[in-house]
Amino acid sequence: MSTVRVPPVLRAAVGGVRELSVPGSTVAEVLAALYAAHPEVRAQLVSESGELHRFVNIYVNDEDVRLHEWLETPVGDTDTLLILPAMAGGATASR
Amino acid sequence: MAQTYQDLLTAARAEVPEVQVAELAERIGGVGAPLVVDVREQSEWDEGHLPGAVHVPRGFLESRIAGVATPDQPVVLVCAGGFRSLLAGRNLREMGYDHVESLAGGYTRWKQAGHEVVVPHTLTPEQRSRYSRHTLIPEVGEEGQLKLLGAKVLLIGAGGLGSPSAYYLAAAGVGTLGLVDDDVVDASNLQRQIIHTTDRVGMLKAESAKIAIEALNPDVTVNVHATRINRDNALELISGYDVIVDGADNFPTRYLLADASLMSRTPLVHASILRFEGHASVFLPYEGPCYRCVFPEPPPPDLAPSCGEAGVLGVLCGVMGNIQANEALKLILGIGETLSGRLLVYDALGMSFTELKVRRDPNCPGCGPDAHLEFRDYDAWCAGIGRHLEAVRV
Ligand SMILES: [Zn+2]
Repeated sequence: MSTVRVPPVLRAAVGGVRELSVPGSTVAEVLAALYAAHPEVRAQLVSESGELHRFVNIYVNDEDVRLHEWLETPVGDTDTLLILPAMAGGATASR
Repeated sequence: MAQTYQDLLTAARAEVPEVQVAELAERIGGVGAPLVVDVREQSEWDEGHLPGAVHVPRGFLESRIAGVATPDQPVVLVCAGGFRSLLAGRNLREMGYDHVESLAGGYTRWKQAGHEVVVPHTLTPEQRSRYSRHTLIPEVGEEGQLKLLGAKVLLIGAGGLGSPSAYYLAAAGVGTLGLVDDDVVDASNLQRQIIHTTDRVGMLKAESAKIAIEALNPDVTVNVHATRINRDNALELISGYDVIVDGADNFPTRYLLADASLMSRTPLVHASILRFEGHASVFLPYEGPCYRCVFPEPPPPDLAPSCGEAGVLGVLCGVMGNIQANEALKLILGIGETLSGRLLVYDALGMSFTELKVRRDPNCPGCGPDAHLEFRDYDAWCAGIGRHLEAVRV
């Protein structure tokens, strides 16, 4: 089971936790297992055409999977898969 | 018999030839020009000296002269009026410096004659005291502090991130800070925007921050830009600044800044925050990855909660804003390893820092070789309008 780190915007969709243990030996398998356990996550990460949104980055340990084998990038038991959507927050309370 | 001051001067004149201002001015530019050694005190030197002169205060002359001149070298000693240099020349003669002369009338007469003087760029006594904890650090030193005083940083947003970063950059003596913010201070800002105060609620944030900065450090010039940065004013706002600190609160501004940073080749120090999490990086145009190498596209608005909706821990702003200030200082000083090529993710709840590798994307729509870099309608683009078409065209 690899560790999946959940970004703040997705925590509500996984019951408020920051990390989950998820089975799977590739990024695609880990994400599929995550979606099966928490269907709401899929709605936020995947577009209508079934592709991972372009504003969501996936890192295995500290490497961006876009620069590796994308969803086929292998994930080992001791690896951490980090989901990282872009965040805008900064200056003011609201626009 | 004891000698008077006049006796000493007369004796020195007999041994040390005096050179006149006009003659020295001619010799300085010519072949075999003498080495000009200024023997005045530090404060006198700081106010101006002859071009090309080296500074060895009178009290250290005998001990340090070997480091700047050889005995067979022509040397002209300079002081304020030509007396200290004359007396000093006698000692150098005794040490075997046979070609030592003294400038008659000294620096004062040189300057009065209208010859070129150099006013060195140095810290004032007040600045030496104020920045002593900086100048003690070998990597900064007086030279580094002068770089900071000469530097210009543009801060986008005088809010959660901009408050701490502007405050610390001001304390550090960054000479010019530009504050771009068209918002006014609201009571709900004060939980994290520490540069503002309760009695300034309702004031323009950029003006409120200027008051705080000027009270903290009069060395800092604050340029208030009470406007929202947009594609029409971005390049004009950025021009003249050395570093951009991105403390924006929305994706349109962040993508605008990413493009403007590339166009103007100005380094961009990035941070963003939400609830208990912060991101930070440094984007060096065409040297390291740009913002769009990391995040090619923004989330649609319904998936992009703002701090106004989702909340943010006030202290998180301080941590991330100060990381930005730290990176900006390093960029100005040219020291250390910046966050270029790395995305730092800070989890305040778990108290962990995670570093992610980011690389230049060869297909980057911002900095890639095939990128057509031009400003767009960022509001519409971030709302998703036109993005699908663009994707098809690409
Ligand atoms: Zn890029």
